[in-house]
Amino acid sequence: MSNTSPLYIHGTSRISAGTTWKDEQQRFRHPDPKTESFLPALYHALQLNYPKWYKMDRLSQLGILAVDLLLKDSFNSEDYDPSEVAIVLSNSHSSLDTDARFVEQLADIPSPATFVYTLPNIMIGEIGIRHGFKGEQGCFVTAAPDVKFMEQYVQSLFAEGRTKRCITGWIDLFRDDYEAVLFLVGPETKDNIIHSAFNKENLYQYLYHEQGAVN
Amino acid sequence: MSREQLIEDLKRQIVAQLNLQVQPESINADEPLFNEGLGLDSIDALELIVLMQQNYKIRLVNAEDGPKVFQSIGTMADFILENQAEQN
Repeated sequence: MSNTSPLYIHGTSRISAGTTWKDEQQRFRHPDPKTESFLPALYHALQLNYPKWYKMDRLSQLGILAVDLLLKDSFNSEDYDPSEVAIVLSNSHSSLDTDARFVEQLADIPSPATFVYTLPNIMIGEIGIRHGFKGEQGCFVTAAPDVKFMEQYVQSLFAEGRTKRCITGWIDLFRDDYEAVLFLVGPETKDNIIHSAFNKENLYQYLYHEQGAVN
Repeated sequence: MSREQLIEDLKRQIVAQLNLQVQPESINADEPLFNEGLGLDSIDALELIVLMQQNYKIRLVNAEDGPKVFQSIGTMADFILENQAEQN
């Protein structure tokens, strides 16, 4: 059954330069923003208790942290069938951070555990495994966040009728540069909380921290 | 190298190589590496093969030997010692 109900942003998370925000409220700040220091510090701050996190590549680690931050207090998994939760992410560096590490290992015997992360969509698989999500998934590589595409693609998922919630946004990491900006999207629900409309103008504002004309 | 020393070395190497969040000394040499024991997965099995090749120059030639060799750290140590004896 198709669904053309208006969509809303029910929550946001942002991780950038050693700082995190949940629904635009600053939550955690670490004095050392370097990737190797910051990601484990945030893992402990969020009290994830998920040992598999340590075995992932850094892009997947960032994705797990950003999604946990996004869903905390904003999402009840018991309200949805696993197939009703979609994940649509994009970034500009694909899996280059891990690709470079794998190339360095080629001089010796490369690690199979590194090789399996040489695709950016593995990050989505790890998020799906952690939360049990089995809905539609998509991973796109673009030079910069493409809010028009993001809006249209997510809207098309909801229009098909199966998706009830979608985690979408931007998760990019290369060496010590990282940024995650996520949105929890869905139709209005009975909680009567007024949320931001899910449209390219609001996405642009969240992703680029400014108002602007979006074509 | 004694079997006991090899087992202690393997515990440290496996924890480091697989990024396990356990103390090496807390691992029982006879506990299963997969499923209910340390809970390793198929990618970890490949990492163990690489570890043996890198650190001990020992190749697992027959894949069907894997479940027996990687049953526990103790069985890994036995396999390494047997192959080192054959090489010498």
